[in-house]
Amino acid sequence: MVAGIVSWGVYLPYWRLERRAIGAAFGTASGRGGRAVASYDEDTSSMAVEAGRRVLGLPDAPEPESLYFSTPAPAYLDKTNAATVHAGLGLSPDAGAYDLCGSVRSAWATLDLAALAGARAPALAVLADLRTGLPGSVDESQGGDGAVAFLFGPEGGVAEVIGRASATDEFLERWRVPGETGSRQWEDRFGEEALAPLARSAFDRALARAGVAAADLDHLIVTGLHARAVASLKKSLGVAADRVVPDHAATVGNLGAADAGLALADCLERASVGQTVAVVEVADGADVVVLRTTEALAGVQAVRHRAGARPVADLVTDGRADLGYPVFLSWRGMLLREPPRRPDPERPDAPASLRTEGWKFGFNASRCQVCGFRHLPPTRVCLSCQSVDQMVPERMADVRGTVATYTIDHLAYSLSPPMVGAVIDFDGGGRYRGEMTDVDPDAVAVGTRVEMTFRRLYSAQGVHNYFWKARPVTDEGDG
Amino acid sequence: MTSTGIRDRVAIVGMGCTPFGELWDQGVNDLLTDAVVECVGSAGVTMDAIDAFWLGTLGSGSSGLTLSRPLKIDYKPVTRVENFCATGSEAFRNACYAVASGAYEMVMAVGVEKLKDSGYSGLTGIHKVGDGTNAQISSPAAFSFLVPAYCHKYGVDPEEMGAVLNRIAWKNHRNGAVNPRAQYRKEVSLEKIAASPRVAGQLGVFDCSGVSDGAAAAIICRAEDAHRYTDSPLYVKGLSLVAGPAAGVIDPEYDYTSFEEVVRSADDAYAQAGITDPRAQLAMAEVHDCFTPTELVLMEDLGFADRGTAWKEELAGTFDRDGELPVNPDGGLKSFGHPIGATGLRMLFECWLQLRGQAPPERQIATVTEGGRTLGLTHNLGGGPGECVSFVGVVGTELSD
Repeated sequence: MVAGIVSWGVYLPYWRLERRAIGAAFGTASGRGGRAVASYDEDTSSMAVEAGRRVLGLPDAPEPESLYFSTPAPAYLDKTNAATVHAGLGLSPDAGAYDLCGSVRSAWATLDLAALAGARAPALAVLADLRTGLPGSVDESQGGDGAVAFLFGPEGGVAEVIGRASATDEFLERWRVPGETGSRQWEDRFGEEALAPLARSAFDRALARAGVAAADLDHLIVTGLHARAVASLKKSLGVAADRVVPDHAATVGNLGAADAGLALADCLERASVGQTVAVVEVADGADVVVLRTTEALAGVQAVRHRAGARPVADLVTDGRADLGYPVFLSWRGMLLREPPRRPDPERPDAPASLRTEGWKFGFNASRCQVCGFRHLPPTRVCLSCQSVDQMVPERMADVRGTVATYTIDHLAYSLSPPMVGAVIDFDGGGRYRGEMTDVDPDAVAVGTRVEMTFRRLYSAQGVHNYFWKARPVTDEGDG
Repeated sequence: MTSTGIRDRVAIVGMGCTPFGELWDQGVNDLLTDAVVECVGSAGVTMDAIDAFWLGTLGSGSSGLTLSRPLKIDYKPVTRVENFCATGSEAFRNACYAVASGAYEMVMAVGVEKLKDSGYSGLTGIHKVGDGTNAQISSPAAFSFLVPAYCHKYGVDPEEMGAVLNRIAWKNHRNGAVNPRAQYRKEVSLEKIAASPRVAGQLGVFDCSGVSDGAAAAIICRAEDAHRYTDSPLYVKGLSLVAGPAAGVIDPEYDYTSFEEVVRSADDAYAQAGITDPRAQLAMAEVHDCFTPTELVLMEDLGFADRGTAWKEELAGTFDRDGELPVNPDGGLKSFGHPIGATGLRMLFECWLQLRGQAPPERQIATVTEGGRTLGLTHNLGGGPGECVSFVGVVGTELSD
């Protein structure tokens, strides 16, 4: 059996910003299509949880013993964001959790590390990015938000590595001082001149080691934030155009640190057994890996299909495109919106958050072993039979529910009013009253089917308050 | 629940109530002073006569010092009480028990709240943050859950429901319009109510009680002593308070069309007071109309209307000031205002005026003067649908046989 990637999960947020909305605001020409936008209650950590759930929720997915998280847009510094992701995924306390944050290129190292760790025991790598830039910038309109997770294991890998190479040089192409809103770039042509030769060098060496000619590659992925360099490399590496994996910049934008992951997931969903794939990531140099898909790929594709995992090709066409540009700007903190005449929220208490970690991050209910009643939040005393301390925790994150009653709250504090509040009755028992998100307030009704999603409710005094919300499901028919 | 009650063992012999409203020029100390001074004057006593005090406030002060300091109380027991929006009733209930126990001969219950200094809309901040997982849903939103649930259960068209809620707001504004102590003293047309900006769900601004400042107070003594202070005491017939297990917010069986806590506290209070047919026996009721759908559901929970029919009764005017059973004749929380700690005592103040025939003629209810009924009910609720505390009290002008 081959060690390596055993499956993957892709999360793209619900919202799309159409580029013409930006153009209309500034009275300038605008590109076509749109970009994926993390909602006001999302960040790279919460999106990473969502991506992780989409792979760990697949049938027979092994539980990872280590978690590697990479993003250039971390929610915290000093504090490990992977610990938040670990808690949101409800992983074992015995698992390690590590950040590789900062540059886009860290994502590559994250996959590498997770692959190494995965050869010993199941390991999860999650790449997330939240691309932003000053209003009117190319980064703003061409960037995109999302997260991709790869699960690695000692056996059942869908591809083996048959060649790899890297190239590095020190030059100013794209950079950002910590705390700045957008990154800066040197003149476009300079970046192309500096990056392309490094990428060609690494590509040639990797192919030589793999013993594969460029013309014989079945799939070529080239990603990077430098659009000009990427475009020219796609044409000049000696691979036929129909074997170049198309990017999704038009529909969701360039996902930065998660972009190579998105392309690889997309490619693995389409590839056949025994094919070769070269992945070229251009960032402050270049990294190249050449893969050959294994027999296991067909099985994994079948499992994903049966489980209803939506392929990247479908995900990129989802999304709600009526996001107003001023609303987008307010979500990104670029436009200060009048707050509701309500008290500012307070930061959650650290000891309380640790005591209730299973609830706050893992969304664990407690189920009474005597009578079976399910309690959200978990309690020690049973509502139904009053038994004390007869509870077992039960993870509810992947249990769906139905709206029992709801409200549109114009008074409550919200980063994007109005808040939609709902009483959710879960399949198999249990009721919870909370917030909805990714929702059209006019479309909520008694009976609306919902799923849970991990979100950042608000941030106060430098603390991000993570918890779960409900959102309408889109993949269930009536009844 | 078993309670023997204290029917006819204690009586109210004096009351005071400040005007409610946005009282920018009065602080907590001013409100307390005004209510207490009016109260002792009403009973014809001085502060020396009061043996002990119960002060209800949700958040306008902590400890008995909140009352003893401004009133310069002479080293006496002052207990600060809090029980959400039922705080005022809770101060009264505990004060009554102190007299009934024989521990004191004369006590005072005081309630106060100063909400308008916060600068915020609506009520704020009664929950500590903790782990940050408590939903930030506002009070009107929590109560607005009742509306789609009630419509769904009883097949009421949402538009018809809107008319019902508007009618409740209209009625309570109409009552407040002729009450000089009420926060809002203007009738509001049904059209204006219907057109008000949405606050939560189907609720508009006019579906919400007034956020206000105010204080109210009552002096309680042994029933056998009552006639030393007034010719017309108000005897306490029943007092019930229940706190639920907060079942509704976690139990899918709960359908958001009733408050079980209200049903239980009403049953208990009625049993203590000997009431078997509240709609026929009560002269009036002051109920916790924090939001219009709350009043609607309360009419059923308190036994004033059969299940699924209160919406028709509200439209028919059954609970108007000149209706079969006047509900909130003083304007209610809606129009009189809702300074949390004072509200339960404000409700008693209306019973004090109406049952003793001392309301001004233009708003004196006929169930007393012509109907000869002697009992009044106050209902006070704290929390929201599915998780609340509920108080029901019954007072009357006649001793039972």
